Amino acid sequence: MNKLIPFWSILKKDMKNYYLKPPNISWGIIFPIAWTLMFFIRSETAVNIRSILPGVMALSVLFGTTSMLAVTITFERRSRSFERLLLAPISLNLLMLAKTTGAIIFGVINAFIPVIFASFLTDLSNINWIAAFLSVLLIAVTSTFLGLFIAVSVSEVFEAQTFSNFFRFPMMFLCGLFIPIPNLPVVLQPLSFLLPLTYGVDILKTAINQTGFIPPWISFLVLLAFSLFLFLMSTRNIQKKWIY
Amino acid sequence: MSSTIIEVNRLSKYFGNLKAVDEISFSVNKGEIFGFLGPNGAGKTTTINMLTGLARPSSGSIYIAGEDGIKNIKKVQQLIGIVPDESNLYDEMSGLENLIFCASLYGLDKQKSEKRAKQLLAQFGLDNTGKRPFKAYSKGMKRKLTIAAGIIHQPQILFLDEPTTGIDVESARQIRQLLQELNHQGTTIFLTTHYIEEAERLCHRIGFIVKGKIVRIGQLSELMQDAQKDNIVEFTLETYCTELQNALATEFPETNVTKAEGEKIRISSPERIELMPFMKFFAQNQVPVYEARVIRPSLEDVFVKITGIELSEMKKEREGRKK
Repeated sequence: MNKLIPFWSILKKDMKNYYLKPPNISWGIIFPIAWTLMFFIRSETAVNIRSILPGVMALSVLFGTTSMLAVTITFERRSRSFERLLLAPISLNLLMLAKTTGAIIFGVINAFIPVIFASFLTDLSNINWIAAFLSVLLIAVTSTFLGLFIAVSVSEVFEAQTFSNFFRFPMMFLCGLFIPIPNLPVVLQPLSFLLPLTYGVDILKTAINQTGFIPPWISFLVLLAFSLFLFLMSTRNIQKKWIY
Repeated sequence: MSSTIIEVNRLSKYFGNLKAVDEISFSVNKGEIFGFLGPNGAGKTTTINMLTGLARPSSGSIYIAGEDGIKNIKKVQQLIGIVPDESNLYDEMSGLENLIFCASLYGLDKQKSEKRAKQLLAQFGLDNTGKRPFKAYSKGMKRKLTIAAGIIHQPQILFLDEPTTGIDVESARQIRQLLQELNHQGTTIFLTTHYIEEAERLCHRIGFIVKGKIVRIGQLSELMQDAQKDNIVEFTLETYCTELQNALATEFPETNVTKAEGEKIRISSPERIELMPFMKFFAQNQVPVYEARVIRPSLEDVFVKITGIELSEMKKEREGRKK
């Protein structure tokens, strides 16, 4: 059996049924604009768009991806259509990759919407676009798998959303986006290094403004490790809870 | 000769301390319709979930079409079709899109999927509604489309969990007819139901499951024989009278003569009942007889006798499920 057929079909179905729906598209555009405006208002002086760009990109990915899985998986689980996928002759790993690829693509696109806005307002030369893209991709993968982990741990969509916020908001404040990590209280600093977003934001800072302080290769490895861990934990949970 | 396509040995499933399925063993022959009959909570759905890979057995073995149903479940899933007890297709997608999507899960390319989907929509009488979203379908149509999705990849075996529960009489009749057609085309069917009349109409063999244990498996005729030790013949007369009943009892002392509902008399005997002497007796006494009928037990009688569960309990459960 050609495994690409079910993979592509699940991805296409999710794209059509969930990701390309008007509310999602508008969310994908409004959300980054809202973040950018928030930073404008927050700033007492003229805001340096380029300096806030890594943060806006990272938050756009984080909020876009984690929310999506809460819907696509939890909702399908509730309506029992997810059972149909579990009963198909494809491996659980392939199935979950197909279910998460849509969110990853959605996350990557979300990240570049603020870049498009920024390109009209500021100079975007001397950016390491390859590192920036890889960083966005890895943030999208990690956040999606975090969303997956949350989605398989709960049974209702609202629970998934609440549980997502439990992870998202501390990450937002502790990843060095608002307050640089060295300026955080000493007790909170180790916590920052336990969060995947810290590493993603740091690569983006290095790629865009050369202001990151963790060697990028360490951040890439840490993000890969987080992704693998979250994916394996999620598939393990599915095996344990849904194939009971 | 029939060959075995499903072989289950000492299969058990525990949920904590609760034994949902208790060391059941049975086999299903290729090309037959096998019915699993029992009240709610008897272990029917858990058994079907274990056979199809949605639940892991606590112990025991499953072989489906020669494949180990526990170790090689993904290979088995390629050979089987599954129709769950609730229609679980995608609400936003049309009937046609749903079928094409389900076909793709089994590796069918777009061209083949579309051809097969259209063929099934026509076969199931849904060709006019193929472009309508699934959520706009009636319950009966949803059920039919769910069955079509279960056979889109032409499986050797079709598992159906309560195929007609909660749908109208006409749709249920059409679904039973479709299942019989599928079976005639060679598909082995394993179905669970708590509709006794459905099992009676459809199944070649039936297994009764109660509290996780199989209490009896057999062909319909075997099960009927078990339930009825006496032979019974019922005569419909122009007029019943006690004198006639007493005269029959005197003339045929080896039989038991009783009054049945209406103008009827029942003769029962452990031996086969020869009709001619009775007909002669009625003729000699100038008693008009309109009908002579051999009374056989229904599957309901068999079920009550074997399981000890009253039908009223089953009906209550059935109503509960409908709600």
